[in-house]
Amino acid sequence: MRLLLAAVVVLALASSAQATGDPQRGRELFRTGCQSCHGVDARGIRGTAPSLHGAGAAAADFYLSTGRMPLDAPKRQPDRTEPPFNRQAIDDLVAYIGSLGGPPVPQVDVARGDLAEGQRLFAENCAACHQIAGRGGVMAGAYVPTLLKATPRQIVEAARIGPYVMPVFSKEQLSDTELASIARYVEYAKNPENPGGWELFDIGPVPEGMVSWLIGLLALLLVIRVLGKQEAP
Amino acid sequence: MRRWLIAALVLLLGKLRRRRALPPGPPPREPDRKAENATFVLLFLSMLASAAFVVLYVANPDTQFLGLAVGFALLALAAACAVAAKRVVPEVQGEEPRPQLLHVDDQEETLAALRQGGEGVSRKRFFLLMGGGAAGLLGTALLAPALSCGPDASRVLTRSPWHRGRRLVTERNEPIVADGIVPGELLTAFPEGARKEQLASPVVVVRVRPDELDLPEERKAWAPDGLLAYSKICTHAGCAVSEYRYPLHDPTAPGPALVCPCHYSTFSVTNGGNLIFGPAGRPLPQLPLEIDGDGHLVAAGDFSGRIGPSWWGVRRG
Amino acid sequence: MIRGAVGFLDERLGAAPLLKKTLKYVFPDHWTFMLGEIALYAFVILVGTGIYLTFFFKPSYAHVIYHGEYAPLRGHEVTKAYESTLQLSFGTKGGLLLRQTHHWAANVFVAAIVVHLLRILYTGAFRKPRDLNVFVGATLLAIAVFEGYAGYSLPDDLLSGMGLAIGYAVMMSIPIAGAWLAALVWGGEFPGGGVFESRLYITHVLIVPIVMAVLISIHLGIIVRQKHTQFPGPGRTERNVVGSRLWPSYALRATSLLLATAGVLFLLGGLVQINPIWLYGPYHPWEATNGAQPDWYVGWLIGALRLMPSLEIHAFGYTLVPNAFFGGALFPLIVFTLIYAWPAIERRITGDHARHELLDRPRDAPWRTATVSAFFSWVAIVFLAGSQDQVALHFHFSYVGLIWFFRVASIAVPVLVFFIVRRAARELAATELHPFRLDG
Repeated sequence: MRLLLAAVVVLALASSAQATGDPQRGRELFRTGCQSCHGVDARGIRGTAPSLHGAGAAAADFYLSTGRMPLDAPKRQPDRTEPPFNRQAIDDLVAYIGSLGGPPVPQVDVARGDLAEGQRLFAENCAACHQIAGRGGVMAGAYVPTLLKATPRQIVEAARIGPYVMPVFSKEQLSDTELASIARYVEYAKNPENPGGWELFDIGPVPEGMVSWLIGLLALLLVIRVLGKQEAP
Repeated sequence: MRRWLIAALVLLLGKLRRRRALPPGPPPREPDRKAENATFVLLFLSMLASAAFVVLYVANPDTQFLGLAVGFALLALAAACAVAAKRVVPEVQGEEPRPQLLHVDDQEETLAALRQGGEGVSRKRFFLLMGGGAAGLLGTALLAPALSCGPDASRVLTRSPWHRGRRLVTERNEPIVADGIVPGELLTAFPEGARKEQLASPVVVVRVRPDELDLPEERKAWAPDGLLAYSKICTHAGCAVSEYRYPLHDPTAPGPALVCPCHYSTFSVTNGGNLIFGPAGRPLPQLPLEIDGDGHLVAAGDFSGRIGPSWWGVRRG
Repeated sequence: MIRGAVGFLDERLGAAPLLKKTLKYVFPDHWTFMLGEIALYAFVILVGTGIYLTFFFKPSYAHVIYHGEYAPLRGHEVTKAYESTLQLSFGTKGGLLLRQTHHWAANVFVAAIVVHLLRILYTGAFRKPRDLNVFVGATLLAIAVFEGYAGYSLPDDLLSGMGLAIGYAVMMSIPIAGAWLAALVWGGEFPGGGVFESRLYITHVLIVPIVMAVLISIHLGIIVRQKHTQFPGPGRTERNVVGSRLWPSYALRATSLLLATAGVLFLLGGLVQINPIWLYGPYHPWEATNGAQPDWYVGWLIGALRLMPSLEIHAFGYTLVPNAFFGGALFPLIVFTLIYAWPAIERRITGDHARHELLDRPRDAPWRTATVSAFFSWVAIVFLAGSQDQVALHFHFSYVGLIWFFRVASIAVPVLVFFIVRRAARELAATELHPFRLDG
């Protein structure tokens, strides 16, 4: 039910994004907020930031709605932050970048996805970097963001555009339905079934080791401290 | 009369011995009724928790409730034992002598006895040698069947399902259309019809821009239209090399590379799988590719080197 | 009734002298002497819960389609090993509790052994005549680590498969015989299938537990024969042992510890999730997850594998000793050789060949305390390096930078620790202050 609601909200957002954006206002915003790196008319500046012709509304929506752009230092890995632009400003910018060509903002219908297929596809295509529960990871020269805050639309956008050092997933490789399945699994994995109790952030054995030492063994050390004696040696 | 004497003697000695053997114990204590009551309460609580466990097991076997019930039953019982040990029962202190560990005389007698067994035997060393040899060979003979546990390693490790003309297929056994792969994409592929679990089976297929290619001279023809294939099994520790970094624009070094998420060995895809970072000792083996008449990807031969974790005597290239 | 039982046993076995001696057996009372007991009781829990798990687990890599209760995996083709572990976790009353308790018990078991070993090393309890028991104890630690690895490798989930792949690579890397040994163990190439899984299973549930039980019996037998060490104090000499008699107080305390160990482990098993294999999904050799970690007691080996620079011994274009050997096999070999050899090394350095029944306090032998601390800080740094990907991720440090940090730290920290600890021990010996209490 929650999933369905989320899907409805996202769908509503997706349609509103394309309906309400004004490319002219977007262009004005671009001049003040983006042009210093991406250059006049978004043609890019060599060695600083790429041209955005052909990047598409999908890329613009992904980078802006996750707060990854604008970026303070052009060579840093873009972090997910609170977007500095409000939704309307983002829609305007998206409309402007979209007018330069490239893939549109994708429509995602999570309800059409299949959870079990999503798990399998995620394990095959995504887990190596994002960790099997989407908690993020590392690779040489970059860290891989967690997917805890990623919306289904952002997941599909990222897969299609391959932001930063992430690879691309084209329709030949993952169809829209398959991506919807993956998005559905990611929604599930944000709060997965944890029948075992405290889930320890679902990141595997490192916190388990800490609990073993700092709760399990420490409790037993206190027990023997009470049971045994401390003689003044 | 004699019986009486013995009885008296026993009584006397017994008394003496008892006095010597038993150190003056703690003075007889008043029973600590509070502690006794606390023990009873704890024992009762433990019983309740154990009963609760059974009830929960039948009615609502939720892991958390079950764990709480049995854990509480055990801890309450542990606390009861602890209170009883510390406050209810007397604590008897004692002293014991340590065992004597060094027995020089017995050592000598042991050695003498051992020597005695060899008296009158003429070729002792030869006996030992032959006996040792027989035992050793028998041991070897009995261990030999352990070799049946596995095949000859050289036969296993040199087996590869790849040969010229074998089609690449996806995990769902669909052939791969070469034109369908865009730069920045990675695809896991297998030899058509082969066992996917075999370590030599899985390969990663990627496409880079032909101008990015920096392959050695003899591999120039291995990457039609910038399509490259590498073994997916890391040459370091055998994990799946399944992370792919494909920078969107140039300042983000290093360039297109495959990364193993176990120990983060990083292999460049543009120059033939050479190591950029990490512990691996040799490059990722490359599979030469061709595009067949239907536009499908096929292998143009076997890997450039042995796939998977390295071993003594494997060729490095 | 008790009189009757004692009489019965004595008349048939002549057991009364033994019973009497047992009840009067003396245990020195210092609380740190119970560290080994925690390990012993965790072993008891492991055997108990483990027997239960064997009733449900199927050691087979044969494929089945999963139709169980866990929705995200329904319809997946998985192995019977994986499916039966899922079934145990979701479809068996109390199954998950027992499985989790078993896993927590393993983690705490090895932790208790390590702390016990530290106590032995810091107090000089390893000196003659107990150097013999160090061999047994260190062997038990090594086997416990292996047994844990075998255990979490059984369910054939993604993490266990990745762990086995690394184990296979390390075995392959053994000079000369490696490839041949690995082919024998796996019955061919990794991931095996057909024979390997049942070999791993019988090793985990029968062979190793029996070896451990025998070694534990020897360990305890040697203690009973030699009797316990004790700290120096009034009335305590090299020739006696002073403490509480087994009956009644100590027996109750030991029972209490057994129950408390079980209680803590069952509470953990019920309340804190461990190894959620359903989340990890089934293993395929061509799949991996980021941030894959082993259980903590194997962490020092993954740390060593990650810290090791890309280095191999090779000749004429052929590899001789592959990289995985150094971190995965040579490093633990060095660590365990040092533990085994330490009693002899210390004898050689001090020239002290005497029998020691009275313990040193750590401050009484500053150089030993410093050396042991340096040794453990070395292993600890490498252990921490095993989790550096989690550190890099959650604190946004550069992974490459962390590798270099830990490489330097693994050399610098032990040296620093040596001098700091030696100084601290000397100060304490001079002032006779208690390190953790102001009143001394």
